[in-house]
Amino acid sequence: MPTVSMKVNGKDAKADVDPRTLLVQFLRENLRLTGTHVGCDTSQCGACVVHVNGKAVKSCTMLALTADGAEILTIEGLANGAQLHPMQEAFRENHALQCGFCTPGMIMTAVDIVHRKGNNLEEHTIREELEGNICRCTGYHNIVKAIGAGARAMSGEVTKQAAE
Amino acid sequence: MYAFTYHRATGLRHAANLLEKLEDPKILAGGQTLLPTMKQRLASPTNLIDLDKVEGMSEITAAGRSVTIGALTRHNDVHKSPIVQQAIPALAYLAGLIGDPAVRHRGTIGGSVANNDPNADYPAACLALGATIVTNKRKIAADEFFKGLFETALEPNEIITKITFPVPKKAGYYKFRNQASRFALVGVFVAKRPSEIRVAVTGAGSSGVFRVPSFEEALKKRFSPKSLEGLTIPADGMASDIHGSAEYRAHLVNVCARRAVAAADEKTPAE
Ligand SMILES: Cc1cc2nc3c(=O)[nH]c(=O)nc-3n(C[C@H](O)[C@H](O)[C@H](O)COP(=O)(O)OP(=O)(O)OC[C@H]3O[C@@H](n4cnc5c(N)ncnc54)[C@H](O)[C@@H]3O)c2cc1C
Ligand code: FES
Ligand code: FES
Repeated sequence: MPTVSMKVNGKDAKADVDPRTLLVQFLRENLRLTGTHVGCDTSQCGACVVHVNGKAVKSCTMLALTADGAEILTIEGLANGAQLHPMQEAFRENHALQCGFCTPGMIMTAVDIVHRKGNNLEEHTIREELEGNICRCTGYHNIVKAIGAGARAMSGEVTKQAAE
Repeated sequence: MYAFTYHRATGLRHAANLLEKLEDPKILAGGQTLLPTMKQRLASPTNLIDLDKVEGMSEITAAGRSVTIGALTRHNDVHKSPIVQQAIPALAYLAGLIGDPAVRHRGTIGGSVANNDPNADYPAACLALGATIVTNKRKIAADEFFKGLFETALEPNEIITKITFPVPKKAGYYKFRNQASRFALVGVFVAKRPSEIRVAVTGAGSSGVFRVPSFEEALKKRFSPKSLEGLTIPADGMASDIHGSAEYRAHLVNVCARRAVAAADEKTPAE
């Protein structure tokens, strides 16, 4: 079996895998990082979104072997120890989850939106950008609200990091 | 997914050699079509050749009156490219309408064109702009390239390396999306070129992307949405499925064409 190695949430990970192994399977089954979910397995729902080299990607639609040498960020790598990431905090504050199944993918997508579009997001921009993330519970209203608030909160985060 | 042997191509020539040598091979580019297809067992290559680490195939360059885009360029990078935004804003705009942000981070222009999905966006742009599809073996005019549903002029072991788009005087794209799949139910790309006007339609036809000569004639007299008012195309030859009847699609072709012409006039927003 071929070997794959990558950096996941800052830590080196390496394993021999069946070539069919999807990135999401590698994360969940080899590394036991079960925060990344599989909602559809048909590239539609976005529950499996992680960042690969800084970009949001559907991890059910990428082979683990393709991610060889990449840096991966999953929902588990977002918080700073016990302190939630501002986007996670915003989801909690705004009651942006019910069953929580879509939430890891929503939050990873949300952080990616902020990276690409900045800290001041219009509601319609957020809704357009969520095209690839499906939620069956919330009706999206509070998710959209949370992402707007999280995006604003992240601007503080960036300056804080820069100051450190 | 059926089992396969994985090969990581280190360069174009390496990939081409593997394609020639290996039994039942298939190229993996962004995987946004191929992996779902393999999961459904509609494709089951014995050997998969991954282009992900191949360098030098994702550049965007402008030369003279054309823009050339490497086959491995991701949809998001076409959307964001200052070169494309400046020279052919409608093309940058189109790339930003494909799927969703995560799909655009992986999917490539070469993969989309090679796949020739009847509801895909890029084929309409290639045909309307008179693009040239460049492979490791030859150059193929878009007019000769798209052969029907998922059919192209590519030979089994041919790799698209880049696509060259002549810069039009103006161009516009209008996509009427299928709300569920985000593909085009109907998409119309209109290009006013120095020598001619082209109207190319994706999503509607039962055998893939096609041009509408009667619309092109009308626009030649006057490039305005008004020129298309009252013109119809026959429902015969349109696709028909649960998403829309042939008559509905034929109707949408005119609606989308008028909006594409209007978009060309106001310079398509390519944020
Ligand atoms: C949720 C979702 C929504 C989508 N929405 C849209 C949409 O709205 N509009 C749209 O147009 N598309 C859409 N797509 C498809 C997407 O654009 C794909 O990225 C594209 O069709 C295929 O590109 P790829 O790089 O992912 O190719 P792959 O999936 O890797 O390959 C596709 C096929 O092309 C072949 N191939 C790839 N590269 C080359 C090459 N350089 N030379 C020769 N053959 C090659 C492969 O062997 C394979 O047969 C969507 C996909 C998903 C998952
Ligand atoms: S599980 Fe990957 S998109 Fe649904
Ligand atoms: S909270 Fe249940 S799917 Fe989104």
